[in-house]
Amino acid sequence: MRELELYFGPQHLGMVGNFSITLKVEGDRIVKADANPGYLHRGFEKLMEYRTWMQNFPLVCRINVVEPDHIELIYSMGVEKLASIEVPLRGQFIRSIYCELARVGSHLFGLWAYANMLGFDTAAQWAMYHRDLVLDLFEELTGGRVYHIYIRPGGVRRDFPNGFEDRIIHTLHTIGSKVPDYNATFFENRIFEKRAKGVGKLNREQAKRMGAVGHAIRATGMKYDIRKIEPYAAYDQVEWEVPTREDGDVYARLLTIRDEMIESVHMIFKLIDKMPRKGAVCTKTPNPFKWNIPAGDTYVRCESSRGELGLYLVSDGGDKPYRVHFRTPSYSHGLTILEKALVGESIADVGNIMISLYVVAPEIDR
Amino acid sequence: MAETSFLSPFKAVKYLFKKPKTLCYPFELKEPAARYRGFHINDWDACTGCGNCADICPNQAIQMVKIAELKAKPQEGIKDERPQLDYGRCCFCGLCVDICPPGSLSLTRDYFHIHFNTDTFTFIPKDEKRDTESFVSADEYSVLKASLSHRKKDYRGFSPDIEYSLFEPERVDMPQISPPKRKLSFIEQVIGYSKDEAKREAGRCLECKLCEDACPANLKISEYIHAISEDMPEESLRKIFEDNPIPSICGRICMKHCEDACSLRIRGDALAIRWLKRYVADTIEDYRKTLELKPGKSTGKKIAVIGAGPSGLSLAYFLRLKGYDVVVYDELPGGGGTLRTGPPTYRLPLGSIDKDVNYIKTLGVKFKFKTKVGKHIEFKKLLKEYDAVFMGIGNTVSFSTGVKNADTCCLALEFLKDNKIGKQRKVGKEVIVIGGGNVAMDAARETIRLQHMQYPNKKVITKTVSLEDWHELPATKEEVEEAKEEDIQFNPAWGPKEVVLDEKGNITGLECKKVKSVFDEKGRFAPTFYEKETMFIKGDMIIEAIGQRPDFSFMGKLANQLKFTKRKKVKVDKNGMTSIPKVFAGGDIVNINLDAVTAIADAKIAAEGINRYLSK
Repeated sequence: MRELELYFGPQHLGMVGNFSITLKVEGDRIVKADANPGYLHRGFEKLMEYRTWMQNFPLVCRINVVEPDHIELIYSMGVEKLASIEVPLRGQFIRSIYCELARVGSHLFGLWAYANMLGFDTAAQWAMYHRDLVLDLFEELTGGRVYHIYIRPGGVRRDFPNGFEDRIIHTLHTIGSKVPDYNATFFENRIFEKRAKGVGKLNREQAKRMGAVGHAIRATGMKYDIRKIEPYAAYDQVEWEVPTREDGDVYARLLTIRDEMIESVHMIFKLIDKMPRKGAVCTKTPNPFKWNIPAGDTYVRCESSRGELGLYLVSDGGDKPYRVHFRTPSYSHGLTILEKALVGESIADVGNIMISLYVVAPEIDR
Repeated sequence: MAETSFLSPFKAVKYLFKKPKTLCYPFELKEPAARYRGFHINDWDACTGCGNCADICPNQAIQMVKIAELKAKPQEGIKDERPQLDYGRCCFCGLCVDICPPGSLSLTRDYFHIHFNTDTFTFIPKDEKRDTESFVSADEYSVLKASLSHRKKDYRGFSPDIEYSLFEPERVDMPQISPPKRKLSFIEQVIGYSKDEAKREAGRCLECKLCEDACPANLKISEYIHAISEDMPEESLRKIFEDNPIPSICGRICMKHCEDACSLRIRGDALAIRWLKRYVADTIEDYRKTLELKPGKSTGKKIAVIGAGPSGLSLAYFLRLKGYDVVVYDELPGGGGTLRTGPPTYRLPLGSIDKDVNYIKTLGVKFKFKTKVGKHIEFKKLLKEYDAVFMGIGNTVSFSTGVKNADTCCLALEFLKDNKIGKQRKVGKEVIVIGGGNVAMDAARETIRLQHMQYPNKKVITKTVSLEDWHELPATKEEVEEAKEEDIQFNPAWGPKEVVLDEKGNITGLECKKVKSVFDEKGRFAPTFYEKETMFIKGDMIIEAIGQRPDFSFMGKLANQLKFTKRKKVKVDKNGMTSIPKVFAGGDIVNINLDAVTAIADAKIAAEGINRYLSK
């Protein structure tokens, strides 16, 4: 059969985000896939070298539109480590709760993208609606729905409003009560199983070798979660489980995402329960116009909703970062793993596999 | 995991009979959260125009623009500029809100702006008080008209909160000797910042430079503070010496107009600019090594300076750097002028004065101390021998109240002078100080120290009587507070009527009358009294500290040629020259501030003026 070259994206109905893949196909079987990032390159890492430590924190969230929160967190963690700043305990708890809310919101958004792409519009609309409920919480806490600009070096920008914990619990109960419906329409839907099972399969060795993180590696049975390995914020304060699956295919990845959401909700309840009722949420940072951070470099990492997110931050002792580099999960997922996982699959499954890997294009380009 | 099935999705059918969750916009609106980060709102009355919002803005969306209808008030730290937003650049992060020192800038919950003209996206935010047209009540508001010129009233969103501000509102405490301990001796009250404390305090400066506009001598405050925060006191000293050659003195007794304008003072403590200057002056032992200043190329012209006070010292310094030969005459045995005799040792020790004076001496300025012009050398002779003469003679004669038996009282300036550089005065056990200004505070606080030294472990009392009520006291708040801490009693709003003597002629107290008002409707000093309402204050010694005046007798007949302003100050032109040619003047006899830093400012003007005058 004749081999054809097919340009998949950036303008393509099956493509989510500004990203493209050049496919070599035989019939509708993919022989080779080349990922082409760069459509969304905005030079954040370079731009950050021109902005002061404080001016950077409203910027970093833009690296990932879907889930800005963990980027804010990782940047703040990096600055805190370089400048030896301690975050107060209540601030740590708020960070954890906030990040878990972000995980729920982000996973719901991913679920929307995935379900929408496969044509499960009902579940997709529900997911979008429920994500909006999470955004309402974010709006109340931070003043922004998408770009929260909330976690700042030293802690968080504002304390919880009065009664906010109750509203978190209420919203999460609302979403949680719909899990049976989600299961019925989507996760237990035979069509979904047919479309997802055995597709885009990775074994644990391949996943490890290609740098899979987050749910992609947990779906191969490996309990790899930075929140457990290197606990930050308040993750070591409560008991929680790392959900895993064994199969390593799209189906396993989606179920991992669902289980993670449920685990996150439970974790938020535990965190709210254990959180100190009073106390500072932020350590005073130096005057932003005169904040010089001692020379040095650091690597910090956290578990974003897409997996391990790392930041390499270098200071030359000045008021701006000397070099910033983000190690984003979408980079290895979108470039290395996607190219491998697509080989042998059908064209119809490109989006299927890509979204199950949770590739967020802006994160690759930075 | 349950078995998957083709039928299970049909369970969703029940949702067909439920109400939709989507909102029917624009008929159904969703209220933004209380912290929503929408368009800006700025309280112009609270805004100082400091520009910190523009400096922090990561997107450079904020620009400070001059507003014609506003008037700058540099002394109060208020500029005539207000922030202008470019909503094409703004990312609504709210850093501007968190850095705003007066807390005038907030974000609102409005977020609609639809307009055909893109210029409208550049916008100067105001608030409801200033802009009554754009802000409408909730009833009048229509989302269909929503824009930057149609907004809801009282609709604040993300607002400033001092607890989460990006600046540090609290000052680093200055270590001081405690009141019970310090009132026993003349030990210097303020200990001074350590290196770490100074760095921390300097680090609070936001560099908005409101202080520089307020400083009479326009010192480059933000630059020298910045150098301190970078741990470069040498660089800081160099910056200070560009405008002020007496930092060791000013670092102690400056009236700190800068701190009254500091933007941090509005919701916190002003930056301790004066103490930081003192830190620099004290840290650097030898100014000469650090500054490496050299006198300018000789002009061959000679200048005589009368009075080695702040204005005379500064003028000598500025002109010496320009290459003039300067000779300073002063009747006192050392430099400093009024500062040598007036401010008590616990505030300004002689060593600190000499440090500055000695440095100016090393530049080649000649000092002729113990030489009183008019007595040891004629003023006319100076006029003949020198190319220009500068008078910085200060106010050296105390006013007396002139009430009955006032001649039995002692005058504040002489009292202070004797205690500082002469023979310590004997004080009574119960002393009354008449006056409410800084000199009165000095006299009272010095008295209580002398009392404790002369009558150890005995009960001693010092009290002040002033025409002005608490809120009008001309003394600085700081002085009044410290005097209170030292147990000095105050009798505000009482005027002296008569000094009461016993049959031997010794003072037994002061008869006072109640003050009706101190100033007339035009704000001029014109006290009125309730003559019948009187009070007797017991005391065995009275010090009068109600004001000082200059003494021009040294000029002889020429004094008649001096012209004065309405406020009885020597009239000078823009070059600092008096009505007598070749004679320039500055300091307390010229300005109404009566402080060292204004004297420096006068000296700067006169130095430029003399240079212009002589280079013609």
